[in-house]
Amino acid sequence: MNNILVYCEIENGRVADVSLELLTKGRGLAAQLGCKVEALAVGSKLSDVEKELMRYGAHIVHVADDERLDPFRTLPHAAIITGVIKTEQPQIVLFGATSVGRDLAPRVSSALKSGLTADCTSLEIGNHTDAKGNSYTNLLYQIRPAFGGNIIATIINPDHRPQMATVREGVMKKEPLPAPVQGDVKKVEVKKYLQDADFAVRIIERHIEDRKIDIKGASIVVAGGYGVGSKENFKQLFDLAAVLGAEVGASRAAVDAGFADNARQVGQTGVTVRPKLYIACGISGQIQHTAGMDQSAIVISINTDANAPINQLADYAIVGDMNEVIPKMMKSYRENSR
Amino acid sequence: MTTSLKIVVLAKQVPDTRNVGKNAMKEDGTVNRAALPAIFNPEDLNALEQALRLKDRYPGTTVHLLTMGPGRAADVIREGLFRGADGGVLLTDRKFAGADTLATSYALAQALRKLQPHIVIAGRQAIDGDTAQVGPQVAEKLGWPQVTYAEEITSYDGKEMVIKRRLERGVETVSATLPLVVTVHASAPDCRPRHAKQLLKYKYAKTLTEIQEAGADYDADLKNADYLRIPEWGVADVGGEETQFGLSGSPTKVKKIENIVFQAKESKKLTAADGDIDGLIKELMANHTIG
Ligand SMILES: Cc1cc2nc3c(=O)[nH]c(=O)nc-3n(C[C@H](O)[C@H](O)[C@H](O)COP(=O)(O)OP(=O)(O)OC[C@H]3O[C@@H](n4cnc5c(N)ncnc54)[C@H](O)[C@@H]3O)c2cc1C
Repeated sequence: MNNILVYCEIENGRVADVSLELLTKGRGLAAQLGCKVEALAVGSKLSDVEKELMRYGAHIVHVADDERLDPFRTLPHAAIITGVIKTEQPQIVLFGATSVGRDLAPRVSSALKSGLTADCTSLEIGNHTDAKGNSYTNLLYQIRPAFGGNIIATIINPDHRPQMATVREGVMKKEPLPAPVQGDVKKVEVKKYLQDADFAVRIIERHIEDRKIDIKGASIVVAGGYGVGSKENFKQLFDLAAVLGAEVGASRAAVDAGFADNARQVGQTGVTVRPKLYIACGISGQIQHTAGMDQSAIVISINTDANAPINQLADYAIVGDMNEVIPKMMKSYRENSR
Repeated sequence: MTTSLKIVVLAKQVPDTRNVGKNAMKEDGTVNRAALPAIFNPEDLNALEQALRLKDRYPGTTVHLLTMGPGRAADVIREGLFRGADGGVLLTDRKFAGADTLATSYALAQALRKLQPHIVIAGRQAIDGDTAQVGPQVAEKLGWPQVTYAEEITSYDGKEMVIKRRLERGVETVSATLPLVVTVHASAPDCRPRHAKQLLKYKYAKTLTEIQEAGADYDADLKNADYLRIPEWGVADVGGEETQFGLSGSPTKVKKIENIVFQAKESKKLTAADGDIDGLIKELMANHTIG
């Protein structure tokens, strides 16, 4: 049977959230297609990894365990995935759209000469009839924004298998099964797939540090002002931003109060942004601030004061306390995203 | 051991999708794509800068640009020349049209086989598609290793190159032997501006098609200035399997395109009530502003 295969990313010995989200989504797609979900874990010291993957619905867990496979390097991981796909012949392969997945998946797709769609925001099963009248059933609709988020494209792979897609973290829901699947573990014969040349890139040093701030390049900005109240409370904005794939901006009053980094300041003496969505939380909307954001395509304001000047400019003016509104927005987003 | 390098930078001309704002909006609330200016893909400029820094550091190094696109994409090559590159090739052919990332990578890889660089440097991704697929796919087609998301190429000793990578939540330093494909992240240094001397030298650089349009006199003027001729290559020049190019070489097909409607011209007043917030989120998801 041509199943759905999820490449499971391992971070510090744990399965990445995005992989569990993909397994959850994969379950739904598999039910529609009448097939099963398989997981592929590539790394080192992976004993017990199958327990968690089966809790998320993997019927077969392929484990490629070798000390040379951790930390992640493109070539050995690509060689193993390509090999497993050739043997197992899945109809769909899913990767997280992370630094790892976006580096790896294109390499695999090229090796298999099959198509890949990046950063999908929705995956569906559907049919297709092409211009010549050929019809296809049960294709994977790979739905993604393109053109800087100004269009939404539905991409299909009619004639090539597997159909491959990457999905960003937080887009799909993560839901364990009430009881784990009683699945099988298949050990991948790592040595069969690896050559010396796959280790051409050596890791000299690796460390995790804060990301550089880039609010200019963000297509969604969640900005906070003095009304956010504290640095601790700004964390809510970071949470909302993580869910939406946004960056966090701030007013000068918020920066001056030490709630946010200088690099996040929007306005006359800060950065000018033109995102497709700007969410202003606890920002009054003084001209020096709006000068840096009034070209945004859509503005939402969240402010306790119905007469705050920002509401003049907002497409949606929510009159309310951000402490109440932001958690509700996140909850609603999670519930409504597929 | 020689450290002089033959570098090819992959660059793409793209519509400026980032600064859409309200001015490029049509009456119906969709984006007027034709109104967006064509620019040098931003991260390809970061890539060019990394190449030019290698050229500064290692004497004898040359930098060439490779771009695929319609005739006007020659602007990308001229821009590269003005900023310090030594030459470039425009891949242009109707048979390349309709290419997805895989067919694009195939065409670029074929041209690269002909150019035979030691290293290929590209931007991480282009802002019209944001796929980040072409760099790794070109590397696979050539059978070369890849180092993605580079922020800085720190050293090269004639054998090993040391590269700092910018990951989602950290940095990683790797070393790799050439040949190699490197993709460069936006957090890498900005590209240097045009150089007056280069601008003077390459102001009249044109592709074969542009030279023909300019007339016989122009062609004659270039007699002793072959460096002003930008080569144009088609399928016949790069060779390979015809079916791997363009639309026929593209496994992915676009089934449907939906224009995003940025609506809400007048302000909508909402409260913190569950129903209001839920309604707003649903509306934003339905029109793909979020999600
Ligand atoms: C020369 C000059 C340059 C400047 N440049 C900049 C600039 O580049 N960028 C910039 O931002 N400012 C700039 N300013 C400052 C600007 O004039 C304003 O002082 C500043 O923008 C106000 O920030 P704010 O809206 O966060 O704070 P405030 O004006 O204090 O507004 C806080 C808002 O939060 C609301 N609020 C309070 N509690 C809550 C809650 N729980 N939930 C929801 N809402 C709540 C309040 O109703 C109020 O509207 C500049 C000023 C000058 C003179």
